[in-house]
Amino acid sequence: MDLKLDHHTQDDTEIVVVEGEIDVYTAPRLRELLIDLVNKGNFHLVVNMEKVEFLDSTGLGVLVGGLKRVRAHDGTLDLVCTQERILKIFRITGLTKVFGIYDSVQEAIDKRKSK
Amino acid sequence: MALVQLTISALPAHVRTARLMATAVARRAGIAESALDEIRLAVGEACSRAVEAHRVHCPSRPIQLDLIDSAGSRAPEGPPGRRPRPASQNGRNAQRFEVVVFDRAPAKEPAEAFDDQPGLGVDVEDDSPATEIAGLSPDVGLAVIVGLADEVSIEPHEDGTVVRMSWPLGKTDPETGSQLVG
Repeated sequence: MDLKLDHHTQDDTEIVVVEGEIDVYTAPRLRELLIDLVNKGNFHLVVNMEKVEFLDSTGLGVLVGGLKRVRAHDGTLDLVCTQERILKIFRITGLTKVFGIYDSVQEAIDKRKSK
Repeated sequence: MALVQLTISALPAHVRTARLMATAVARRAGIAESALDEIRLAVGEACSRAVEAHRVHCPSRPIQLDLIDSAGSRAPEGPPGRRPRPASQNGRNAQRFEVVVFDRAPAKEPAEAFDDQPGLGVDVEDDSPATEIAGLSPDVGLAVIVGLADEVSIEPHEDGTVVRMSWPLGKTDPETGSQLVG
């Protein structure tokens, strides 16, 4: 399956909904979207990965790039993911310690606001 | 031994084709369902790495994948000019599913630090141009392969890199211990 991207605003947070496969072919589209959102002043992002079917290190690189961009504006980029096969690559690379990874969008938003 | 060979142009779109092919051949070989995701991801990482290297150094040259359902018999030769694959030792290659990715881009030695390091290759404070583009070190892909495959060897040469990765064949699911049927 190709990559589908959507985004909307919820509680002052921009929610990016990703569906399909994030790899060396499709990751540039996600990178462009994250850059565009940050350039438009959205510094608190939640990437909902519940419908992601495949993620490789290229996709991880795009997420890390997005995190760097929002942190430059004292922002946040958190993830929503409960799929074990997707979480596995975060564990292998140690990125579970870099990203906030939550079970739901609302949990991600609540955690950020409680900090 | 059963062999499927796939040659792809160094285009990102073909990485997905390679993943699908590897997963299909692995399933047919009898790899446990729980390992199929690992194979899909590891093959994707190896091919992504090869495609990126070819795009820099030799975009017109193809990348070769060997998908081997090994019974420990004669080894495949690899691309012309490349040294032959080592013979199996004590039947070690028997009963294994092996994927070999041959690229032809000049190689540098991969970073040695594939240990369990938090945030491997990640420096979110680094503002250098390279990390601005990719976000991660190129060696992260190799580290992921090391983390996923049951056995891995990465052989960098002046005329390219050979990434070999293999998983045991068997009908038993290693995570559940249950016998797979059908």
